[in-house]
Amino acid sequence: MSNSASLKTAFFSALLVLAVAYPVLGLKLTTVGIKLEVQGASPAVLWTICGAAVLMFVWQLLRSRLSSLWATVPELPKMPGTASDFLTRPSTQRWIILALVMIGLVWPFMVSRGSVDIATLILIYIMLGLGLNIVVGLAGLLDLGYVGFYAVGAYTYALLSHYYGLGFWVCLPLAGLMAAFFGFILGFPVLRLRGDYLAIVTLGFGEIIRLLLRNMTWLTGGPNGVSNIDKPTLFGLSFERKAAEGMQTFHEYFDIAYNSINKVIFLYLVALLLVLITLFVINRLLRMPIGRAWEALREDEIACRALGMNPTVIKLSAFTLGATFAGFAGSFFAARQGLVTPESFTFIESAIILAIVVLGGMGSQLGIILAAVVMILLPELMREFSDYRMLMFGALMVFMMIWRPQGLLPMQRPHLELKP
Amino acid sequence: MPDLYHYLQQLVNGLTVGSTYALIAIGYTMVYGIIGMINFDHGEVYMIGSYAAFIAIVGLGMMGLDSLPLIIVAAFTASIIVTSAYGYSIERIAYRPLRGSNRLIPLISAIGMSIFLQNEVLLAQDSKDKAIPNLIPGNFVFGESTMNGVVISYMQVLVFVVTFVVMLGLTMFISRSRLGRACRACAEDIKMANLLGINTNNIIALTFVIGATLAAIAAVLLGLQYGVINPNIGFLAGIKAFTAAVLGGIGSIPGAMLGGLVLGIAEAFGADIFGDQYKDVVAFSLLVLVLLFRPTGILGRPEVEKV
Repeated sequence: MSNSASLKTAFFSALLVLAVAYPVLGLKLTTVGIKLEVQGASPAVLWTICGAAVLMFVWQLLRSRLSSLWATVPELPKMPGTASDFLTRPSTQRWIILALVMIGLVWPFMVSRGSVDIATLILIYIMLGLGLNIVVGLAGLLDLGYVGFYAVGAYTYALLSHYYGLGFWVCLPLAGLMAAFFGFILGFPVLRLRGDYLAIVTLGFGEIIRLLLRNMTWLTGGPNGVSNIDKPTLFGLSFERKAAEGMQTFHEYFDIAYNSINKVIFLYLVALLLVLITLFVINRLLRMPIGRAWEALREDEIACRALGMNPTVIKLSAFTLGATFAGFAGSFFAARQGLVTPESFTFIESAIILAIVVLGGMGSQLGIILAAVVMILLPELMREFSDYRMLMFGALMVFMMIWRPQGLLPMQRPHLELKP
Repeated sequence: MPDLYHYLQQLVNGLTVGSTYALIAIGYTMVYGIIGMINFDHGEVYMIGSYAAFIAIVGLGMMGLDSLPLIIVAAFTASIIVTSAYGYSIERIAYRPLRGSNRLIPLISAIGMSIFLQNEVLLAQDSKDKAIPNLIPGNFVFGESTMNGVVISYMQVLVFVVTFVVMLGLTMFISRSRLGRACRACAEDIKMANLLGINTNNIIALTFVIGATLAAIAAVLLGLQYGVINPNIGFLAGIKAFTAAVLGGIGSIPGAMLGGLVLGIAEAFGADIFGDQYKDVVAFSLLVLVLLFRPTGILGRPEVEKV
């Protein structure tokens, strides 16, 4: 590129940085009294914006020269091929999952109450991630309304408990069935749509479910939601300090002092059990013809149809099963929080679950588990940055798609490669 | 005839909102027509445009300038410059590196971009509603009185006029100009256009800039009409505009215009029948129904999937 041309590009890029950053970051609309005023941001912000523009200018100017310089620099050592091959092999991942489960079993008895609570939350997201993984990662259907099924599960338990006093263990399968029913009903008409249309329709469904929950005040309590939902019991033993009538408490039965941490640990173990069941079921399904069909459909729908498979049935089964696990997760969420409101089930929640699946590597269960841990734990550890959490989620999603669309820890399928 | 007046009033309101939906929808439909992806963050671009417009309006007010045409022109200019810069940068950063990959990947990237932009504004501005007074008060009344007649505010007239002029300009640009012909060539077959010497990268960037410009115009119009903005308005506006684009047949510019108007009217009457809180449900249901029964939209042509 000639010198004047690269000068022009550089100038343009620097202006672009200013136009993007200054109006939004450098000027702030502030309400003073009853009037709105524009105030400048702090000098530090302004200098940062100027600095970024100058940096962009210099970089664009020197890019052609830098890139030739770049070529002479020896490449950074990459992760050796054998190591990444070892890590992505299914058998290795199975052992790592087993080790994680062992740690998960012993862990709650050694750490504080707060940590166990966060771990329970992580487990909920693992369950949601695994469920969405069936739909997005395995069957290749982008579902942006997954949180709707989560909401259906949560409200099924909340309402049954509120109106009929049913317990958690009775409602858990009912919530799963209810969510599956919704998945089936909603999935049936939309699954013949192409990929991106499907994404938007499911997004629409998720929003419709949330708006209905908010507006049907006579049934769902509207924006206030349903509160005072019972916690799960252990074969009828409650973990509260005082048992309700006709019930016994855990500490009375075993004759130990009441300790509120028992309740937290019990909830954690229930979540762990649910995650294990999810993992087990999905792993079995993957080996069945239906699991193979999901992946085949993801790879090439036209080829599948040519081989006589029925795409609608395959997609529908993935959609329904994914919804079922969201329903389980939802009813557990309701039991843990003791309160459900429509605002827990916004689109952002769907995006977080999707980010977990994408970050982990679509289709890889170990990847999803690790991604859920990272995504939920990091914001908890960096409390002072918690405002920036969603900002970083967004940037991370873009960055991952550009840098490593297959995810951090993808799973290899058994395969043979033809070498030319 | 109070009933007739009532329905006519709903029709006018629906057309006003619908024409702004149509403006935003064009951004979706042009990008989809050329590179076949849903730029999910388009709603956020609209939201940023409304912030730029508000900053310009309030800033001029603080400088003591109160000539109405000047303020409105400044709002349009500021908004268009900022959103164009965003449209171009977004395409450069989030979409260009992904061109040619599996179609879900750009969509996920777009969702990430949308979350990023929304939170950028949320952190830099804040989550509170920002309100400006009505700059163009007053209205025309047809019928006996404001209660028993059709009221069309000057603001609504401005919306109609600006939308009409912009649509006309865009149609002329696409059908008559050299660049417009290049755009159509890219929409027809991007590889072939590239072979024939059209710089497709520039045309794609141009498409994003045009989309962003129209979103900015919609942002100024809706901002002036409602007078309230917050960082969350982009999501809903984006989904509704996308619905409009799908309704009219995605990829088709006249379709987007028609779809916006139909959606606006459907929403106005839906809110009238089911109650205001179900307005968004009506819009989403319409989206679902259209995709189920006529996925190609009103003016779209069926797409044949090739191996």
